[in-house]
Amino acid sequence: MSIQIRLSTTLRDLVPGYDPENGLVFELKEGESSLAARDVARRMGIPPEEITIVMINSRQSDLDGTVNDGDRVAFFPPVGGG
Amino acid sequence: MFRFLRVNMATKACVFEDIPEEYAGLGGRALTSTIVAREVNPICTPLGPHNKLVFAPGLLGATNSPNSNRISVGCKSPLTEGIKESNSGGQPGGHLAKLGILAIIVEDMATEGEWWQLEISKDSARLVPSPVAGLNNFDAVARLVEVYGKDCSYVTIGRAGEFKLTAASIAFTDRELRPQRHAGRGGVGAVMGSKGLKAIIINPEGGKNHPLVDEEGFKAASKRFAKALTSHPITGKGLAEYGTAVLVNILHEAGGLPTRNFTCGQFEHHEAVSGERMNKLTKERGGEGSVAHGCMSGCIIRCSGIFPDAQGKFKSKWPEYETLWCFGPHSNIDDLDLICTFDHMCDDFGVDTIDVGVAIGVAMAGGGIPLGDGKAVLEAMQGISDGTPLGRIIGCGTATTGRVFGVRRVPCVKGQSLPAYDPRAVKGVGVTYATTPMGADHTAGYAVTANILNCGGKVDPLKKEGQIELSRNLQIATASVDSVGLCLFTAFAILDIPDALVAIVDMLNAKFGWKLTGDDVVTLGQRILSTEIDFNRRAGITEAADHLPDFFSDEPVAPHNTTFDFTPEELQTTFNWIKK
Repeated sequence: MSIQIRLSTTLRDLVPGYDPENGLVFELKEGESSLAARDVARRMGIPPEEITIVMINSRQSDLDGTVNDGDRVAFFPPVGGG
Repeated sequence: MFRFLRVNMATKACVFEDIPEEYAGLGGRALTSTIVAREVNPICTPLGPHNKLVFAPGLLGATNSPNSNRISVGCKSPLTEGIKESNSGGQPGGHLAKLGILAIIVEDMATEGEWWQLEISKDSARLVPSPVAGLNNFDAVARLVEVYGKDCSYVTIGRAGEFKLTAASIAFTDRELRPQRHAGRGGVGAVMGSKGLKAIIINPEGGKNHPLVDEEGFKAASKRFAKALTSHPITGKGLAEYGTAVLVNILHEAGGLPTRNFTCGQFEHHEAVSGERMNKLTKERGGEGSVAHGCMSGCIIRCSGIFPDAQGKFKSKWPEYETLWCFGPHSNIDDLDLICTFDHMCDDFGVDTIDVGVAIGVAMAGGGIPLGDGKAVLEAMQGISDGTPLGRIIGCGTATTGRVFGVRRVPCVKGQSLPAYDPRAVKGVGVTYATTPMGADHTAGYAVTANILNCGGKVDPLKKEGQIELSRNLQIATASVDSVGLCLFTAFAILDIPDALVAIVDMLNAKFGWKLTGDDVVTLGQRILSTEIDFNRRAGITEAADHLPDFFSDEPVAPHNTTFDFTPEELQTTFNWIKK
């Protein structure tokens, strides 16, 4: 029961050992099949208020978005360019 | 106090003029577009004597407002055949404003084969033969600095401009006298080359800007604007740390990173060319590299870092996201050092990184360069400076390259190449590409903000709902920002912090004694767009040109398998204040 995690820029510094190439795998607790994105972040030690952009399986979502077993979640702080 | 400088390349007359009434209150893009629309015959040959090249700093240039020293360059574009405003950082914008020169209008042409340079100082302007013709931008500026010194700023074209290639840019020196801020888009460098103007040297000494009508009021408003910029996480921190390259990983994740000439929305080696990697390598290598670097005086955003080579020596400025994208994922190349070399070649030879980088990937699609072959790209790029047939083709940009190599997918609108956001996965910016009078240009209405970045609202990037309105509002706001002389990146703060726009209006009022409101800013933006669109209509570019190439509606792109599904009728509602 696991979730693929991708982090960007400063959020990487909050998770020791983050692998930029492959991201990391987040394990759900036994019996859990889904979790709010906010809780995924919290359990990884990332304060949700540092997150501005949430994508679940490459779709725009938010911290209330539901993450299911096998999903891919990406968290981004406020960033911009162009 | 304020004046125009009119320069005739045929007679060599350089005349300071009072500002005609009809141009009162205009600056930057508002001024270049109004001058071009009034003075240039829309059906003229862009590289002929009837076109004019206009340089204009913004209304807040050379004040103590942060990030307000941008410069606009206007003309009829040889790339799009429509009106063009191309915008740059660097020092010349602020220096011209300091001299009270609101616009330089370059007219007619020198005798073919002759090269001239324009010297501008407080009380004089004159054309003298240019000894730096034949040199690319970095060598040309180094030689000019030996003669004119370090306190001047410099505007130059490289060999691409001399060859009049339609993707040629105009270079503006940064604070360290490196010619690496460019008015890149639309072939403005070819227009400068066609006139026989190789360089402009601006000596700001003794210049005095327009006195502020309300000095205290200006100071207070400027402070509030600076506070908005420093307190917003993007303008206050994010851009300085990672540059615009931070977008590589985000657009990959969103499925909007065009890969191998727009055949896929994700690039498997995205991390290798990302802002995170650029930041890490810059810090590890140290030396002359630098994270957080401002390209012009008064910049507090500082997005333009310096990338060092493995020995710590200067290699290039941090390439913009668009540059990393087109020489990277779009061309199937994942070597960051190599991409930085291409970036530097573009700056040195004087070409638009976007139109040339996209041309590289399009040439690969047509078999002209092997897919992903960095060495072959290096040779092709060198050909731009050497004037080889392949170099000239690529240097004329994506549309020309696509034609020469018989390519089905040529990502251009009005002859100008699409930047780094797939319009099938970021539909708001697709509306901007299709409709802006500039030809495909993300900066004309950067809907990536609400589509992807959660800045200035939230609009689902994969759906049509709300995109036209989003693009419309951003195109209007951008035209105004480009007229004030502000860096477009200030928009991140303006979109999220209400007082930022109020502070800008307050600064304008305090400087000029005006009584503008926020609504006037919207009216100004609409007026500029109306003027530009009217020029295009008179040039023969109709609403029928406001569409994307049909492969974007024919071919769904992975991973979302969406198409660009706006009808022409829907797109034609974008400028809904213009009567048909």
